[in-house]
Amino acid sequence: MLGRRKKINRAKIKLSNKTMFLILAGACVVSLFVGMNFNIKGGPLSDLADYCFVPMQRGLNSIGLFASNRMDELKNIRQLMVENAELQNKVDELTTENSTLKLEQYELESLRELYELDKKYPSYEKTAARVIAKDSGNWFDTFVINKGSADGIKVDMNVIAGSGLVGIVTSVRKHSATVTTIINDLSNVSGMMISTSDYCIVRGSIKSMNEKQSILFDTLNDLNDMITEGEQVVTSNISDKYLEGILIGYVTEIKVDSNNLTKSGMITPVVDFAHLEEVLVILQTKKYD
Amino acid sequence: MIRVIVRRTVEIAAVIVLFLIQITWFKGLEIASVSPNLLIIIVAALGVLRGSREGMIIGFIAGLLVDIYFADYIGFYALCYMFIGYVIGLFKRVFFAEDIKLPLILIMLGNALFNVAVYVFKFMLKGDLSFPYYLMNLILPEVMYTFIVSLFILPPTIKVNNLLEEYEKKGASKFG
Repeated sequence: MLGRRKKINRAKIKLSNKTMFLILAGACVVSLFVGMNFNIKGGPLSDLADYCFVPMQRGLNSIGLFASNRMDELKNIRQLMVENAELQNKVDELTTENSTLKLEQYELESLRELYELDKKYPSYEKTAARVIAKDSGNWFDTFVINKGSADGIKVDMNVIAGSGLVGIVTSVRKHSATVTTIINDLSNVSGMMISTSDYCIVRGSIKSMNEKQSILFDTLNDLNDMITEGEQVVTSNISDKYLEGILIGYVTEIKVDSNNLTKSGMITPVVDFAHLEEVLVILQTKKYD
Repeated sequence: MIRVIVRRTVEIAAVIVLFLIQITWFKGLEIASVSPNLLIIIVAALGVLRGSREGMIIGFIAGLLVDIYFADYIGFYALCYMFIGYVIGLFKRVFFAEDIKLPLILIMLGNALFNVAVYVFKFMLKGDLSFPYYLMNLILPEVMYTFIVSLFILPPTIKVNNLLEEYEKKGASKFG
């Protein structure tokens, strides 16, 4: 009797490939719909992943940095060998010293920049964070920072770097958070021209980012032709997620739309998105009471 | 049973390691802002070596990792990778052990399929119809880059798989 029951159980567990595929696919679809309708992002699953992966990511990153430092040194040495064999020894020493110094100077500069930036937006409380991973695919520009809910990071907090807006926190785990950049194709930011306070919508685009290192803006209402190239664009006061007055970039191209009412064009962002290492997260979200 | 656990552990560890390398080191190896897709390599390789079932499970896990870290909602990438793993697994019956060409072709096809799926569901549905641009500047470069990287990843994967299969056979003969 017992043996028989065992057999039945085992037969039940062994699913065919197709059934299993359908079950897993169903699970994906259900989780997508539940996520979209109730705005749930991962929950305990993501925290679990966080505990496992963040330390590993940190380790890998430090090894990667170590390796790239060594590679830089090798490159330098090779060049100098061609230039002068006699001075080789001296040059070797200098290269090593130089690269460490450069590294230190670079660090100093970036810290100085962070400090200056700190003074530029004095009213917001911020925390510095390091970029530890980037999106696995090539379609979207998102990255992971090494601070999470344990450090007070929340969804919808704005992220800045250098002198301008980088993006917004879209999901938070215990010790890490995912940031979606403004150059991402799915990002829209409500922007404002600094001289006329006219609103526009700033949209990310991989296409224009690849071709011209710029992002798009449209629906600008500029009837008196006041806006010219070089105009500063900042985040607007009517945005529901972005804090007011953070620099996005400079207008590099502007043209009248075919409807003859609005204008659109391109903005070159002030942040160098290809070399982001440290960012500042503003510990304040925009709220309406 | 223990042998199945060993295999699963090795496979899942491979996926996790490749995922971590992908999101940390490989972003530094970008050429013209395109980096290869390591996850598709392991999903496709295991699919063709082991069949639909494992391709599907490994794809699901790989996609889930991407979802947790980078997607807005969990499920999309899991579905994509799982589907690709399942479909590629159907080619197991025409795969012979020494032949490396078929897995390479399947990896490239899988990568292209994955990118087309992302384009269709995330870009085309939003009204962005410049597919030729994305094809030339994003999809094809990524496929080529992935192909080159898979030349290095595929042989060790096949070797480890053979070792595991031998290990499993030994166990089977001992008890059978």
